[in-house]
Amino acid sequence: MGRFVVRRLIGMVAVLFAVSVLTFLIFNVIPSSDPAQRMAGKAATPRLVASINEEWGFDDPLPQQYLTTMKKVFSGDLISYFGRENVNERIVEGIPATFSLCLGAAVIWMFFGLLFGYLSAVRSGGLLDRGLTIAAVAGISMPVPVLAAFFLTYLTYKTEVFPSGGFVEFGESPLEWAEHLVLPWVTLAILYVGFYSRVLRSNMLDAMDEDYVRTARAKGLSERRVMTRHVLRNSLVPIVTLFGLDVGALLGGAIVVEGIFSLNGVGQYAFEALKNQDLPPIMAIVLFGAFFIVLFNSLVDIAYAYLDPRVKLGETAR
Amino acid sequence: MASEPNVEVAPAPAGSPWRLAGRRLRRNRVALAFLGLFVLIVAFCLIAPLWASDVAHTGPNKTHTLEKIEAGGETREVVNREGKPIGPQWFEAGGRFFLGADGRLGRDEMVRLMYGGRTSLLVGFAAALIMTVLGTILGLLAGYYRGWADTLIARSMDVIWAFPVTLLAIALGLALAVGGLRIGPLHVSGDSIWIPVLVIGFVFVPYMVRPIRGEVLSLREKEFVEAAEAQGAGPLRVMFGELLPNMLSTIIVFFTLNVANAMLLEALLSFLGVGVQPPNTSWGTMMSSGFDLLTSAPLLTLLPGAMVLLTVLAVNVFGDGLRDALDPKSKVRLEAHSGLSAAETLEGIAP
Repeated sequence: MGRFVVRRLIGMVAVLFAVSVLTFLIFNVIPSSDPAQRMAGKAATPRLVASINEEWGFDDPLPQQYLTTMKKVFSGDLISYFGRENVNERIVEGIPATFSLCLGAAVIWMFFGLLFGYLSAVRSGGLLDRGLTIAAVAGISMPVPVLAAFFLTYLTYKTEVFPSGGFVEFGESPLEWAEHLVLPWVTLAILYVGFYSRVLRSNMLDAMDEDYVRTARAKGLSERRVMTRHVLRNSLVPIVTLFGLDVGALLGGAIVVEGIFSLNGVGQYAFEALKNQDLPPIMAIVLFGAFFIVLFNSLVDIAYAYLDPRVKLGETAR
Repeated sequence: MASEPNVEVAPAPAGSPWRLAGRRLRRNRVALAFLGLFVLIVAFCLIAPLWASDVAHTGPNKTHTLEKIEAGGETREVVNREGKPIGPQWFEAGGRFFLGADGRLGRDEMVRLMYGGRTSLLVGFAAALIMTVLGTILGLLAGYYRGWADTLIARSMDVIWAFPVTLLAIALGLALAVGGLRIGPLHVSGDSIWIPVLVIGFVFVPYMVRPIRGEVLSLREKEFVEAAEAQGAGPLRVMFGELLPNMLSTIIVFFTLNVANAMLLEALLSFLGVGVQPPNTSWGTMMSSGFDLLTSAPLLTLLPGAMVLLTVLAVNVFGDGLRDALDPKSKVRLEAHSGLSAAETLEGIAP
């Protein structure tokens, strides 16, 4: 176990290193405009550009520029090229909104995903199952902006049930916090409700053919008990896996939803920075997002080993 | 005992597996209905030039800002003084502005919807083709050679995987949209639709490599591979002559899922302004420009969005039916793209 954790940690660092190098290269090798030229603005003189190059180290060799940037990421001194603001502080400011959004959405999609998946599997082949299946595929096929546009049109502009956006801190007013987040939560959750209910349904249908289910029925357990204690429980393992991966991926920011509902989270900051080709915040946010993805990947593997004793850590599976 | 009429009799061993799959598919009415829907959508996009020249008498980028049209016996402004575009006219103006105009520029929404669909479908299919071909080749190489080739491919995929997908796609789309792409003598300019095609094709490759690699790993232990090798077949022959045909059904099913995912990502990237660039129009760019008028003309966002939804839904449902027909026991599902099974994750860690 200890050896596994150590090896996994080394792997995490290696992947994060590769991710940061790749991000750095995308914005330095692919031809795009020169940051010094853009920072100098319209009244750029060669001298001003040269002094900016000097001050920000744009003339240094690429590996050195990379090292300086990374050093600043970890010491918290990273300053963005265009807003000239402290990047780490901006990210920390965005965290409450981003985490509220994705953790709240996660609760919603877990609840409805499991509920619909369970009902679908128990009534498999019936009318309810078919309806839920089509609804689930529609959720998976839904482009996020159109869902948001639909909610905003009918629940905000026409009926004024929910506010159109903005973020209120939980500490300020829990009620307003929730009210402002309902639409973003639902918009984000619908895609995952579709995925999770389908995964659960197919896992449960597979599990129903297993011998231990027949044994449970033969013991005389009620159908409900067979379903919840034996079928459902054994079908939850892959859901836990998916859940870890999806939450990990979202903690780095849900760009579209945050942008549409102006939540001012990490994802929205990422998009702003990308539009300005502002490398320092991009580097920091990509690393921030990748960190959660890699971390949750590892956590899921460890959790999986506990949930399923057939899997031994550090050995090739199967 | 009299057999019920709908008890399934084991089909006579006539016909190839493909013919059996075709028979199973023909029995799946839902899948066929959605295939029909997809064909309708494609036809809708294909008749764009006809509708534009003979019914709407305009082009997808032609502006009508200051014009007035005769509709239902009265004169209407295409764009009124407040900048609000005209709403759907149906056939009142002889088919002109059937769905209204698209904003301040007063372009015909129906014509743009038809032309935009062509771009969206083209980007979706081309990107899906790239990820399918690349994913299959990399999966074959990793699974067949194992050892260092596998390690190299798996590690590179891990790195792409660790990126937040949308963030990577936006970063690439943006960097390439500004500077274009130059590979040797090939130059792709920044506003070309091939930029989003390449970006989308690239970021989804890892989602395809892992399952293909897994299947190769199990197939290559089978007797038919051993037999081919005993006959002196080289690696290329084994990979493309023996293994590939045996995975064809998986690859076909994956292709449909890839089309669906590529179209969704295209819509998202174009919505954010880093996908398809003007003068090209796609459903994503239409949603993006419509969103500014969401309070006054919500249809401008909802219509192209509904087209994306219907197309992706049709592709997904048909792909699902195709999977059931080709390989009823297959584990490749719609869900394959949302994540990986933990067993696969574990394979990635093993030294």
